[in-house]
Amino acid sequence: MSETTAVTKGKLRNPLRGWYANLPRPARWAVLAAVAALAYLLPYVAQVPIVGPQIITTGIDWSSALFNMSYYVLLALGLNVVVGFAGLLDLGYVGFFAVGALTVAVLTSPDSQLQTKWPWLAAVPVAIALSLVSGLVLGWPTLRLRGDYLAIVTLGFAEIIRVAADSTGFLRGDRGFSKLPHPPGTYSDGKPIFGIIDATPYFWLGLTLVILVVIGARNLERSRVGRSWLAIREDEEAAEVMGVRTIKFKLWAFAIGASIGGLGGVLFAGQPGFVNSSSFQLLFSILVLAGVVMGGSGNIPGAILGGVLISYIPDRLRNVEVFGKDAFEYRFLLFGLLIILIMIFRPQGLIPSRRRAAELKDRAKEVQA
Amino acid sequence: MSETRREEPSASGAETLIDSPVPTGSSPAASLHERPFSSGKRGDDIPDGEPLLEVDQVTLRFGGVVALNDVSFTLRKGEIFGLIGPNGAGKTTCFNAMTGVFRPASGRIRFAGETVTGRKKHEITRMGIARTFQNVRLFPEMTALENVMVGADSRHKTSVFSALFRLPRHWREEREGRAKSMALLEFVGIAERADDLARNLPYGAQRRLEIARALATEPTLLCLDEPAAGFTPAEKVELLALIRAIRARGVTVLLIEHDMRLVMGVTDRIVVLEFGKKIAEGTPAEVRDDPAVVAAYLGVPADAA
Repeated sequence: MSETTAVTKGKLRNPLRGWYANLPRPARWAVLAAVAALAYLLPYVAQVPIVGPQIITTGIDWSSALFNMSYYVLLALGLNVVVGFAGLLDLGYVGFFAVGALTVAVLTSPDSQLQTKWPWLAAVPVAIALSLVSGLVLGWPTLRLRGDYLAIVTLGFAEIIRVAADSTGFLRGDRGFSKLPHPPGTYSDGKPIFGIIDATPYFWLGLTLVILVVIGARNLERSRVGRSWLAIREDEEAAEVMGVRTIKFKLWAFAIGASIGGLGGVLFAGQPGFVNSSSFQLLFSILVLAGVVMGGSGNIPGAILGGVLISYIPDRLRNVEVFGKDAFEYRFLLFGLLIILIMIFRPQGLIPSRRRAAELKDRAKEVQA
Repeated sequence: MSETRREEPSASGAETLIDSPVPTGSSPAASLHERPFSSGKRGDDIPDGEPLLEVDQVTLRFGGVVALNDVSFTLRKGEIFGLIGPNGAGKTTCFNAMTGVFRPASGRIRFAGETVTGRKKHEITRMGIARTFQNVRLFPEMTALENVMVGADSRHKTSVFSALFRLPRHWREEREGRAKSMALLEFVGIAERADDLARNLPYGAQRRLEIARALATEPTLLCLDEPAAGFTPAEKVELLALIRAIRARGVTVLLIEHDMRLVMGVTDRIVVLEFGKKIAEGTPAEVRDDPAVVAAYLGVPADAA
């Protein structure tokens, strides 16, 4: 069966993808391992002659930019499970991100009323679990809704979390939580590995998490679970009549997406050691969603590319002067333009999923008919 | 974790469920309140010729329109049962009531002694009722094999956890599901198209694929909603053979069909609906000579057509 799918994939116009799909399985693994290894070397890209200095960011240090990319990619991967795999439009993804970040903050920061001051490692599983639970709590009553209605409810959820973070004393609003502890580990000279100054170890941590999440998402996609999501996306009623427990699998998609979002929040709060309510703007959800859609909804490489783009582009624009202003100021203008262009010329996303592209084509045909 | 989780009957379905436990086994706890729903298949233990599905005084309304009016009939295990009637007679509505798509206003449908009305669609499927759709409803961007595997998955227990970590259950069920689905594609005669997307299959193959997908849920009762619609005479002959082969596998078949010759040729018994009411029931020969049926098919009043 794998041979035949490889052949069908090989028929695609994209030569790179065809080449990859036609490789024997060990060779494919080798390619992936090489890509991962190169990703770990990204902090040293500045030393590559000629190209390197063009790639790195000038406004913020390169390792911080890489670290930002790592959690944006994580978020895009998580949202891709919800939007891309299960076909549920979630506009409140930042809510889960906030739950993850705030849980770590409350449990570890000396500013917290709880004064538990847990170590980082102990707080992480709790943060992920709470994000997962918040996904279930939001999903249980709302997943009977479809399309636009679900989108509005999720939007409201994210706003509730933001307002709660803003206005309850316990969550400290704008003042935020500072001095969050870093992950454990020291170099041989006794200095801690993870710190505020150099974000490189944090990037490696983020990248490792990304790789784990990619493996997990891929495993789910190619299993009974992924098949059920796909069936729900294509024809929810037919799926249910064929014995798919639609609510259960939609809930799982939500919970998995939420826990990955929470993990992203944990990373986000960790490196600078500070988090406050202003990080949880609605715009953030939209940005991640834009990343998923631009990259190619329902496709893991697409989500990765999308996450990189939404993080790299603004960071790269910092300190680049355009018309006497910092180009960073124009970032949303540029994003808007980019999204419009992609939607015109490549509505299925930059690296689309084969099925998603076909679904989109069908829908376009229906509209024309 | 999800493997042990059971869904509670929904609040709306509760009132129809409470009165249902018919003593099919000897579970002492069952008499007090509704047993938790188990996803097991029903009706395998019923001998041929005994009642399998009982439609009991079912009435179903859409607003002011009475789509089904006090309809009762009984399907027996192992038979091929025809449900016929002119357009708009309520055949598909009846189907939808059986498979949980619509809930009747009154009356009850029981399958192997257990109430079906008020149950969730996927529960009904797991009890052993499978169906096809009048207008083919496959998963168009999935391959033929994947379509059937979705049906086979209804008997699988691979959870998110075992899929995530690729536990042995995942591998075993993937392998078994694939083998079973391939065998079913073979059975309906489209094995060579297994890796084609469902949307790229010719119409006849799509209909066959729908039957294979429904069979993959391992039903006791298979409901076919106008399976011959749009078929050529030659294809209809093949379909007849397929329906008989399905029955030979031990599956009871409920057939909704317009084509009288096809229905008469394959069914053991027939119920005729008109305007939501049952007007006749019997063997094909009995029904054919029934004056009410003749009137319904030939002498429909002009204003009702």
